[in-house]
Amino acid sequence: MPSAKLEVRSLAMQFSTSGADVAALTPVSFGLSEGSFVSVIGPSGCGKSTLFNIIAGLQPPTGGAVLIDGEDATGTIGRVGYMLQKDLLLPWRTVLDNVVLGMEIKGVSRQRARATALPYLQRYGLGGFEDRYPRELSGGMRQRAALLRTLLLDTDIVLLDEPFGALDAQTRSAMQEWLLQIWADFRKTVVFVTHDVEEAVFLSDEILVMSPRPGRVVDRLTVTLPRPRARSVANSADFISLKERCLAHLGHVTPEMAA
Amino acid sequence: MTTSHISAVPRPRVGRFRFPSVFAPRPAFRRLPVPKKWSQRRIVAVQIAVVVAALGGWEIAALLTWIDPFFWSQPSKIWQTGKIFFTQGDAFTDIFFTLRATVLGFVIGTFAGSALGLSFWWSRNYAAVAQPFVVCFESIPKLALAPLVILVFGIGLTSKVAMAVALTLVVSTLTTYAGVQAVDPDSEKLFYSLGASRMQLFRKLVIPAVLPWTLSVLRVNIGLALTGAIVGEFISSQHGLGREILYAGQTYDIALVWVAVLVLSFFAMLMYVAVAWLEKWLRKGVVR
Ligand SMILES: Nc1ncnc2c1ncn2[C@@H]1O[C@H](COP(=O)(O)OP(=O)(O)OP(=O)(O)O)[C@@H](O)[C@H]1O
Ligand SMILES: [Mg+2]
Repeated sequence: MPSAKLEVRSLAMQFSTSGADVAALTPVSFGLSEGSFVSVIGPSGCGKSTLFNIIAGLQPPTGGAVLIDGEDATGTIGRVGYMLQKDLLLPWRTVLDNVVLGMEIKGVSRQRARATALPYLQRYGLGGFEDRYPRELSGGMRQRAALLRTLLLDTDIVLLDEPFGALDAQTRSAMQEWLLQIWADFRKTVVFVTHDVEEAVFLSDEILVMSPRPGRVVDRLTVTLPRPRARSVANSADFISLKERCLAHLGHVTPEMAA
Repeated sequence: MTTSHISAVPRPRVGRFRFPSVFAPRPAFRRLPVPKKWSQRRIVAVQIAVVVAALGGWEIAALLTWIDPFFWSQPSKIWQTGKIFFTQGDAFTDIFFTLRATVLGFVIGTFAGSALGLSFWWSRNYAAVAQPFVVCFESIPKLALAPLVILVFGIGLTSKVAMAVALTLVVSTLTTYAGVQAVDPDSEKLFYSLGASRMQLFRKLVIPAVLPWTLSVLRVNIGLALTGAIVGEFISSQHGLGREILYAGQTYDIALVWVAVLVLSFFAMLMYVAVAWLEKWLRKGVVR
């Protein structure tokens, strides 16, 4: 097996606030292969965002290392695309200028960055909105813009922290299909945090299940459902059994288990 | 059909739930209040009427000596004095002198204050060290420093500018610093996740985020800069509207006091308009 695209090696995180130590992550280790779509699920407060912050180099871990392409990347920034839990679009920039922010920071001139990004906006459902300001967009569109900003970077790995958490069910399922389309086009390695087990199964190749705080990976599931996936896949037996296995980890009792 | 449907539902024996009778027995439903809007012409007409009534009332009250015209002066006399003020003497030298000090003080104070406030973003330690000094300087009544400022900077333009700067600087600094502290830490995270340098973060996030805070200070600073310049002239000066006012007061030329004050408020208004225009222009996206 080739070396992992992204590897997390016994990562640990301890916060000390006002004397009391809070263990957010107890040694977490996993490796992800190139081009895969991996979801991370776990109860609120189990350290998912903390894990992402460490991988993105925004927070030094208290132990362990992050490896990208087998190379130590702990504490280096700008190597992975990271979409935080909020969309964080800058209100004084138009949609197009928000999307090109990452390219601009990497030294691409704004003119060139705009020219590069514009076709993507048109292709991925933001056509005609490039000169609008974020406040004029719907929640789904804001998420699209924030996602495009994350994807239009020269990084192979993308971390998405609950990108659809605040959307209604209908918009959410449209966005899931949109994301799968975009993932198929860009061929990036995606790590995706969600609270929604069904979403995780529908989108992923693999699912990492984390325990309540202090977080660690308690199970790793492979989703073998064929791609491209239609919505109806949610009715298949494989889908349901995967979903139930996840729910069991998260402490939900399913009818089968009660029986 | 609807009624029969409702009557089919069995009624509870205890009777219908009644809301406790804290309200008036039969509430009178209010309509959405829609404020009446006058036309622009009507508003201007009323404004003119107010001015005419005030001036007319003043004139009449002075003529009938309901108020003492010696202390209060009267519009007709102010008008005469104004004509003399602008045709004889060096009105324009005085106006120019005060305006120059005000504008210079305003620009220097606002820019230096904003720069100082922004500079606190660069180092937390430096900000922590500077903080008590800024607060201390803020709490000093700056006007009390005027005699000292005149001694140090002389009776010329410099001391008036210094007074205007002293008044505007601190407000700009504190407001800009408040803006700096309000920059969203998650946005900073976003920038760093994209691999941004401190400088990129400063230029592309901090400055645009703080700009509205700095702009909000501009209007206040016009008044403060004018006050600084005038007080500087009160203490000691050879020119300026402030000196004119002081001199007129000392010689009981109340009409001249009024003339100078009116000229001052006219220019204060001009500056407001200029600043409003500048604000609009800056907000529109000079900084992106
Ligand atoms: N800067 C910090 N200082 C102290 N404790 C922190 C800090 N950041 C996070 N924590 C703690 O670490 C734990 C994990 O937080 P984290 O934000 O990673 O959870 P999460 O899994 O992303 O939760 P959610 O699903 O609600 O977003 C929480 O218990 C939190 O209180
Ligand atoms: Mg989180």
